[in-house]
Amino acid sequence: MLKVENLWVNVGDKEVLKGINLEIKPGEVHVLFGPNGSGKTSLLMTLMGFSGYQVTEGTIVFKGKDITNLGINERARLGLGMSFQRPPTIKGLKTRQMVALCSPAKEVPLVELAARLKFQDFLERDLNAGFSGGELKRSELLQLLAQNPDLVLLDEPESGVDLESIVLIGNVINELLEREPGRNKEKSTRERRNKRAKAGLLITHTGYILNYIDADVGHVLFDGVLSCQGNPRETLKCIQKMGYEECLRCVV
Amino acid sequence: MKRGRAEKLQKAQKAAAKSAVIGEDLDLEKFIHEVPARPYVKDLSTLTAAEKKQLLASGVDPAGIERTGSFLQMDHSVVHYDVQQEGLEIMSTDEAREKYDWVEDYYWRAVAVDTDKYTARAELHQEHGYFIRALPGVKTAFPLQACLFTAQEGLAQEVHNLIIAEEGSELHIITGCVASHQVKSGLHIGISEFYVKKGAKLSFTMIHNWAEEFAVRPRSATIVEEEGVFLSNYICMRPVKSLQMYPTTYLTGSKAIARYYTILVATPGSLLDVGSRVFLRAPETKAELIARTITTGGEAINRGHIVGEVPEAKGHLECHGLILAPKGLIYAVPELEGRVAGVDLSHEAAVGKIAQEEIEYLMARGLSVREATAAIVRGFLNVDIIGLPKELKAELDKVIAASEKEVF
Repeated sequence: MLKVENLWVNVGDKEVLKGINLEIKPGEVHVLFGPNGSGKTSLLMTLMGFSGYQVTEGTIVFKGKDITNLGINERARLGLGMSFQRPPTIKGLKTRQMVALCSPAKEVPLVELAARLKFQDFLERDLNAGFSGGELKRSELLQLLAQNPDLVLLDEPESGVDLESIVLIGNVINELLEREPGRNKEKSTRERRNKRAKAGLLITHTGYILNYIDADVGHVLFDGVLSCQGNPRETLKCIQKMGYEECLRCVV
Repeated sequence: MKRGRAEKLQKAQKAAAKSAVIGEDLDLEKFIHEVPARPYVKDLSTLTAAEKKQLLASGVDPAGIERTGSFLQMDHSVVHYDVQQEGLEIMSTDEAREKYDWVEDYYWRAVAVDTDKYTARAELHQEHGYFIRALPGVKTAFPLQACLFTAQEGLAQEVHNLIIAEEGSELHIITGCVASHQVKSGLHIGISEFYVKKGAKLSFTMIHNWAEEFAVRPRSATIVEEEGVFLSNYICMRPVKSLQMYPTTYLTGSKAIARYYTILVATPGSLLDVGSRVFLRAPETKAELIARTITTGGEAINRGHIVGEVPEAKGHLECHGLILAPKGLIYAVPELEGRVAGVDLSHEAAVGKIAQEEIEYLMARGLSVREATAAIVRGFLNVDIIGLPKELKAELDKVIAASEKEVF
């Protein structure tokens, strides 16, 4: 699904990513740990193609296509989607209108999707205007449900979210990743698991979200370098116990 | 001659050459003043397809669907007027001035006849305009529509409109001022005087569609009595060479409210100088002036002025501007004038371009740069208007969407 090779990125004069190698296969969910300022958000922003993140070396290949120099919207149309940590407010643009814009080809069941996120009351509000932390996350996920990307980039989906909402958010992310438990008349659970193709890359600071989402692979990003790859829970435990200083040893 | 008329004519003659305080000084003699009369049109649906299309683009529906009454003036002739509801009046102001003695008392009460050469010109050479009145307690089921249409190239159209919402009435009006597609240049002088009596509500939505070489000098003012509400929406998104207006409202009774919503788009070659001004003259009066201004290469001057003359009066002014072209000018002039302790006046102004962050955010959802920009601009122009009937809101949305397609 995604293959990043020797990716070096500058923001202004500063080198923020230094030779990232990362592969995400269809159906996999990867987690990115790392201290503040280690380059986690920069990696997501670079994958999405935002201006200001200048690739100086390396390639990003998505679904077999080199997207290193592709525009943001072209990446989105190829099936890349992102939930932002601090999305901007768009004054006068109603949340309802935005959700419709996320799915230009077919009409989405807007009210039904909003109900799943308990977000019906926000549809007539200006997009992200005065939304709380949890409301922003739900706004982002609602747009992603409409967009229906194949690879979802999630930047700290649990930050600023109260404990009640985190369950809701976890469920919707699972749905986006085709991982929601529950019975399906047509297919058995195993069949569904084997067939699922949606992939995810999520940043978490606290690891709480891992109580709701079963990730397959964990990475630690430290000072622009991916220092280790392994079982996500094991990695999280190690960080909780030893702190990120231990990661520094692994980088060396 | 009716009482007081002679004095007005005299004042007008004295001011005939008086330049306006702001705006380019126009030579009135450069325009045509005589034009053949046009026949009365009994049924607006018999207008040509092109004319109908232009009326529609200004919010005026030739079929009259969801309208209580219509008024249409072409050049110097009133070609149609009708009203479908008891207690509402619609006719030419010339006719009203003849019909009722008291109408003279409303002439030039809100606007001074000797303000400048344009008001003077209107008094000396007026050709109609509309008179619309709601009798006490009468509420319009659907809005009334009025259109001032210029079809003669180079013509000066001088109209005087009188709008009276009697006590406790509720009146909604949508009006389009239009230059025909064949017309390039011309002059429109439109005097509008609004009287909102005790407890009455008046909403006035005006859409301007001019031409590249057109000059426009409206002069309007409103007097609002106790607990009256005046709501003005103004939209000008099409090219016009020179437009200058500064409508003013006097809130003279306690708890009176005035709201102005203004949408301006300055296309290349256009100069728009548009303001709104409110005098808070009674306790607990309230004013809200909101403007959204865009330049796609032209010049837009947006003025706002609130004068607080009594304690416990409140006013807020907001002008936001977007520069969508490498060249272009937005000049925001918000003015607050507190003349006594206890007034509460505020303003917020911002001029800039669309934030790159916002465009890229929408692009991450699959929108192209163009689509993202359009969505943000549409949002920018989408102001929640308090007290506007939903069919008028829908009409505004339609007009804005149609203009967007042509302008951006």
